[in-house]
Amino acid sequence: MKQYDAIVIGGGHNGLVTAAYLARAGKSVLVLERRSRVGGAAVTEEIFPGFKFSMFSYVVSLLRPEIIRDLDLPRHGLHILPLESTVTPMENGDYLAAWADHDETRRELYRHSPRDAEAYDEYGRLMHFMAQAVKPILGMVPPDPTSFALGDLAGLLKLGKHFRGLGAERLHALVKLMTMSSADFLDEWFETDVLKATKSASGIIGTFLGPRSPGTAYVLLHHYMGELDGVFRAWGFAKGGTGAVSEAIASAARSFGAEIRCNAGVSKVLVKGGKATGVVLENGDELAARTVVSSLDPRRTFLQLLETSDLPSEFVQDIKRFKFRGSSGKVNIALAGLPTFTCMPDSAGGRLHRGAVSISPSLDYVERAYDDAKYGEFSRRPYMDIVFPSMIDPGMAPPGKHVMSIFVQYAPYHLNGGWTDAKREAFGDAVVNTVESFAPGFKSLILHRQVITPLDIEKITGLSEGNIFAGELALHQLFFLRPAPGWAKFATPVRGYYQAGSGTHPGGGIMGASGRLAAMRILKDGR
Amino acid sequence: MSLRTTPFHPRTGPLSEGQAWRRWAGYVVASSYELSHDREYHAIRNSAALFDVTPLYKYLVTGRDARRLLDHVVTRNVGKAKVGQVLYTPWCDNEGKQIDDGTISVLDEQTFRMTSADPTLRWLHLNASGLDVQIKDVSDTTAAVSLQGPSSRSILQLAAERDLSALKYFRLTNAKIRGIPVTISRTGYTGDLGFEVWVDAGQAVPLWDALIESGTPYGITPAGMLALDVARIEAGLLLIEVDYFSSRHALIEAQKSSPLELGLGWTVATDKERYNGQAALDAERKRGPAWQFTGLTVDWDSLEKLYADVGLPPRLPSQAWRMSVPIYDPGGHKQLGYATSGGWSPLLKRYMALAHLGSEHKAGTEVRMEVTVEHRRKQAKAVVTPLPFFNPERKKT
Repeated sequence: MKQYDAIVIGGGHNGLVTAAYLARAGKSVLVLERRSRVGGAAVTEEIFPGFKFSMFSYVVSLLRPEIIRDLDLPRHGLHILPLESTVTPMENGDYLAAWADHDETRRELYRHSPRDAEAYDEYGRLMHFMAQAVKPILGMVPPDPTSFALGDLAGLLKLGKHFRGLGAERLHALVKLMTMSSADFLDEWFETDVLKATKSASGIIGTFLGPRSPGTAYVLLHHYMGELDGVFRAWGFAKGGTGAVSEAIASAARSFGAEIRCNAGVSKVLVKGGKATGVVLENGDELAARTVVSSLDPRRTFLQLLETSDLPSEFVQDIKRFKFRGSSGKVNIALAGLPTFTCMPDSAGGRLHRGAVSISPSLDYVERAYDDAKYGEFSRRPYMDIVFPSMIDPGMAPPGKHVMSIFVQYAPYHLNGGWTDAKREAFGDAVVNTVESFAPGFKSLILHRQVITPLDIEKITGLSEGNIFAGELALHQLFFLRPAPGWAKFATPVRGYYQAGSGTHPGGGIMGASGRLAAMRILKDGR
Repeated sequence: MSLRTTPFHPRTGPLSEGQAWRRWAGYVVASSYELSHDREYHAIRNSAALFDVTPLYKYLVTGRDARRLLDHVVTRNVGKAKVGQVLYTPWCDNEGKQIDDGTISVLDEQTFRMTSADPTLRWLHLNASGLDVQIKDVSDTTAAVSLQGPSSRSILQLAAERDLSALKYFRLTNAKIRGIPVTISRTGYTGDLGFEVWVDAGQAVPLWDALIESGTPYGITPAGMLALDVARIEAGLLLIEVDYFSSRHALIEAQKSSPLELGLGWTVATDKERYNGQAALDAERKRGPAWQFTGLTVDWDSLEKLYADVGLPPRLPSQAWRMSVPIYDPGGHKQLGYATSGGWSPLLKRYMALAHLGSEHKAGTEVRMEVTVEHRRKQAKAVVTPLPFFNPERKKT
């Protein structure tokens, strides 16, 4: 039987990044994907003839520029287009817009509050420094503060030095960011409610928390990382949808000699004498490898693919406690034309549609959306992040027609009474009706709609409880705690078995950082 | 007294959001229409960008000896060019130093359109003595737009109501767009799938309208020179007075370059009778050119470190730059050459530069490029990279 240097379980973008880096280093690599196509949650599918959708993940948050360069992804078709503006329609018919041009954004904010227009720049500057302070950590393998290993001590020392270097003012801001709710944190800066609501929204995405829940302020910072990249513009929309990112990475991996097999779900990781030796496919085939890498989420990586007897019991408990709590859904719509929003009636086909439209008219609105979810219902009037991908990449829809992507929060995985087809449609109706209230006539443009609940996300992509980040992006599950204390460095208690998915540090979004760091670790371990 | 506007100005003028114009051959053209050129750049690589390229100098060369004249002036073999072909070519003085570069379109056996960056009428006349040839400056009467990007073909096909899939790279065809007679050539300055449309200046506005109308569902985006500059660097295409000096403008010998030194060896014919600069170029080819024109990729980690040392995130040029920047050996002391253009590629996520280096520094060689970090001169690691930086298959297929 052929023995691979490495088998990567899961052909999502992180798994593919790991495979590409390992293959690039000369290893024989096999990627096993359960579905008929690679990409995981980063897939583009033609759900309705002529209309292509980034079915789940729809923006490329922070795909690391070094991955783009190292793997030569543009040659494999990757093109990330900027997503420049955000417009928030308000319930009184007005709007708040953030445009690409700084002067224009400032003038717009001034219209709402001259004070906030000034505070905005100061806030931006502080977040910039904070992001800069935290950013090096993203590229760093997280040290374990409880370990006395030389590497961990050196890493901690570096980290400590890094934090001391921040200075008192910024250290205080960092502590606030780590502890406060995004609403409280933003209250310290701004008076315009719609501004706070729109900013706070980025603190709740992918969490089962509301803007007034403590800890959400930190997630705000995560958002700024992309803006820090400013001119590098790693934040944006992938031409061809997010599936094109996966395809480009897959193509790069193949060009380095990696083998990618679809329709090949893995049922078990083979462990002999505390060491991973290969995998068993769902069809019963056994494949051997010196190293096995799982890019699935921590629950599947440890509790499904291994026997719990292969793992230390405290570790099993930690993984069982790791929170998923999927809280978001997605509605994909094929449109006969662009909807006109009441707040900007003359922008048909214009700037509003080329950026994001945020349905977050007030802090109360967003918090109320959370209230529904807290008690097991989907939000009757949800927070939504809407984009029109065909306005950025015309290839996504037939000429003159459009596709619309609506990210919706909250849709709890654990819905009262469970998700049914009827509940799914009711959820879809709530979304469509809410959009209609801001853009009358929208419904009449709908040619086709696809409603995706957290349960659907779980069924299709395998992400446990439909959590889009393969584990909630909450403070207690980040950095050296992701996914479990002591095991944040991509290795696992089983020798030769590694983890590479979003459920590991730094996690979240189409970033590829987890996959890359995992590959580095594997190569460093001499495997 | 003001600079002239092009025949497209009634349409391009109102599009300018920031009134950012720049001079080109006595005309004003848009630097960018939007406040930032970002979206215009991405249109080139993602959908289709529409450029007003009217300021190019254009000459119609006709007559029994038209082919002979051009063959004598330029370095490409015009004698072998077929009707419907377009040649990109430099032309040189008698010492084999480059005067200019442009295109020659073979419109029929005895009709050629030549484009140039500098006025060339006098040079053509000087070379035409005794030949049966008419040379007409049609710079002002011929307008031109360039439509560049992956959707450019679909848009033109719709506008011209005909299939253009048979129109090969560097070929041209006559067509009608809304009844307006045009010449469509599959040429451009972006290294992408793209076309240039040549039209009588009087029909410029209706042509623009027709293209915008056909192109809107495909994301057509009017774009300016800032966006073009980034794309042409990615494509490794050189620019006169920036990447090289015309030998007619150079003040000293060292400012001149030969096509062989500029990476244009492929345009210097070895299979034709006498032409300007032939002897010098033959000799230079034999001994090997002393210089090369090549790409450089600035090493990210090295650049990041220079900025981190002063507590800053790396700063990147938001526009392509055009200036002379010294290139050193890895030790950082000996100067090996100089870069003349550079910038960040938003597509490739790479900091690229175009440079003149001694021929001995092969691809993959590590060098240093001077960068100014917080007012201080530093050197970032860079690697000699063959041109072009970006060369999509669709350009030729």
